[in-house]
Amino acid sequence: MTEIALTVGTHSVLERASLDKLFAALSKRGFRLVGPTVRDGAIVYDELKSAADLPVGWTDEQKGGTYRLKSRNDGAVFGYTAGPHSWKKFLHPPAVRLWQADRADGAFEIKEEKPDAQKTAFIGVRSCDLHAIAVQDKVFLNGRYLDPYYQARRENSFIAAINCSQAGGTCFCVSMGTGPKAASGFDLALTEIREQERHYFVAEVGTELGAEILAELPHREVEGHEKAAADETVAKTAQAMGRQMDTTNIKELLYQNYEHPRWDQVAGRCLTCANCTMVCPTCFCTTVEDVTDLKGEHAERWQKWDSCFTRDFSYIHGGSIRATPKTRYRQWMTHKLATWIDQFGTSGCVGCGRCITWCPVGIDITEEVRAIREAPQSPKGSPTGDKHGNT
Amino acid sequence: MVPRPHTVRRVWQETHDTFTLELAPAAGDGAAPSSFAPGQFNMLYAFGVGEAAISISGDPARPERLVHTIRAVGATTKALARLRRGDTVGIRGPFGSQWPLGEAAGRDIVIIAGGIGLAPLRPVVYHVLQNRQNYGNVVLLYGARSPGDLLYAKELEQWRGRFDLEVQVAVDRAPATWRGTVGVVTNFIPRARFDPSEAVAMICGPEIMMRFAVQGIEELEMKSESIYISMERNMKCAVGFCGHCQFGPAFICKDGPVFSYESVRALLNIRGI
Repeated sequence: MTEIALTVGTHSVLERASLDKLFAALSKRGFRLVGPTVRDGAIVYDELKSAADLPVGWTDEQKGGTYRLKSRNDGAVFGYTAGPHSWKKFLHPPAVRLWQADRADGAFEIKEEKPDAQKTAFIGVRSCDLHAIAVQDKVFLNGRYLDPYYQARRENSFIAAINCSQAGGTCFCVSMGTGPKAASGFDLALTEIREQERHYFVAEVGTELGAEILAELPHREVEGHEKAAADETVAKTAQAMGRQMDTTNIKELLYQNYEHPRWDQVAGRCLTCANCTMVCPTCFCTTVEDVTDLKGEHAERWQKWDSCFTRDFSYIHGGSIRATPKTRYRQWMTHKLATWIDQFGTSGCVGCGRCITWCPVGIDITEEVRAIREAPQSPKGSPTGDKHGNT
Repeated sequence: MVPRPHTVRRVWQETHDTFTLELAPAAGDGAAPSSFAPGQFNMLYAFGVGEAAISISGDPARPERLVHTIRAVGATTKALARLRRGDTVGIRGPFGSQWPLGEAAGRDIVIIAGGIGLAPLRPVVYHVLQNRQNYGNVVLLYGARSPGDLLYAKELEQWRGRFDLEVQVAVDRAPATWRGTVGVVTNFIPRARFDPSEAVAMICGPEIMMRFAVQGIEELEMKSESIYISMERNMKCAVGFCGHCQFGPAFICKDGPVFSYESVRALLNIRGI
């Protein structure tokens, strides 16, 4: 092995056999290891003990409303695409206790939950999901208020990205400008290369911490043909996207089409099951649950994932604001692709395709955008053009 | 952000379903009472039951008397209604935007309130009356369902007795003993004494009432950028994280609840937004 100076942006070669050593190096530094593994017929993200837990030799087949795990015979470690989980499961967990309170003599005291300082290494983060993490960073860290729990989780995270070597049937990251190559937001980014006799990773250093970790592993400087193989891998993926979305002026398009008949059409299919919001890596909405013990002296507040597809979500005294599937689907899609841009300066969609795959009736967000774009309402009839707009 | 315990100093019933809590930071909480701007709200926590967003309806010049007027309509507000003097309630806040009192300086003000919508506007009335010389004509138009639903009836009578404030009250329906106006509050708009070309309007009430109030004001050719409304949506966190209070691109909790009509007019006319 030749010693090279590892700096941000440099590429090295890591043999397949060294993957275990990456896990060991991260463990040694106190990181909990989280990554892909096969469970319940899907590739999910969970705590891993070693590289042996990775989905070696597995891939998936995805279409609208369909996900199938399939074995592959080439021993690929990361030869699959985004599954039902996203990293928000760990960075923005589904259920979090915010505080506890105890009551005595009519008064109560509140004990705030401390931010979690557990160091976690996320292994196998796709470019779409790196962008999703960056989107949630904007939600929880860049506004007027800051979420200290999210901040602690982010500050204690190590990210080993994986550049996609194949595109899924519902992927459209190229349309969203979010992949398939990891551009930033990682400590290390790996591209998996399988050649006839060899199986290795081209590793790009993203941060000094990434360089330190890589320096502890057997590695060597990348050769021209190896770097070319890595580039070709992502280039091929980019050309094989399962879906496309035209995002030209998409904010204006949706703002002008709040009353488009397509919303009624999609509402006829939407079950308002909330699957799309649960699998979406950027959907951040939560509710709170206040609970007590049986004596009523100890109370807790829990924050839990919520979905704009429930009727309860918009309930105020007298009824729900979004009482119909039409208004709820419209809220979700318009938020994702339009109002998100005004709120956070970025689209809320990263093109991972999860909402398409996991929709039980296969509603396809790219198809919904296309339908509205092909027959937009005239701006004259749009809400902005109608002063008192009776609807 | 966790609730700060506050002690209930006084409770009084305003109407059959609406009550007012006067609160002060609990003993031992050394921190000074939070000052607030008219139009802002707090999250009130009833132990073990839940939290509700409630506008601050007291005098902004006296933040040590934290006053909230609450209608008991759900689990949390009904639990708050059971509180008595000396009980503890949790407070997070104050949150949100404020009524444009700075912008209104030197100009006429028309305040239009419906039902409990008067609560977030009462701090405006207090402020204006304390700084009366800073404003032109001030008009308060208030509508409620029935005479029994009128909030702050005694104060309304006092305010109506002043020479520097025009107060008009209407109810939707009334028993034969009612000698006041029956009808919708928006009927007062064309006759109220304010200069539409100069005035600032502040409106809070049911959305349907706000829509008609804006319509009535715009018919007087008032500039839409001088019209402000206060919006309400489901709210959990009050800091822009929970997503519940979205109103198009706006978060009611941090971008509102007070909005210039200009900024939300397109959305106000879409059902189920």
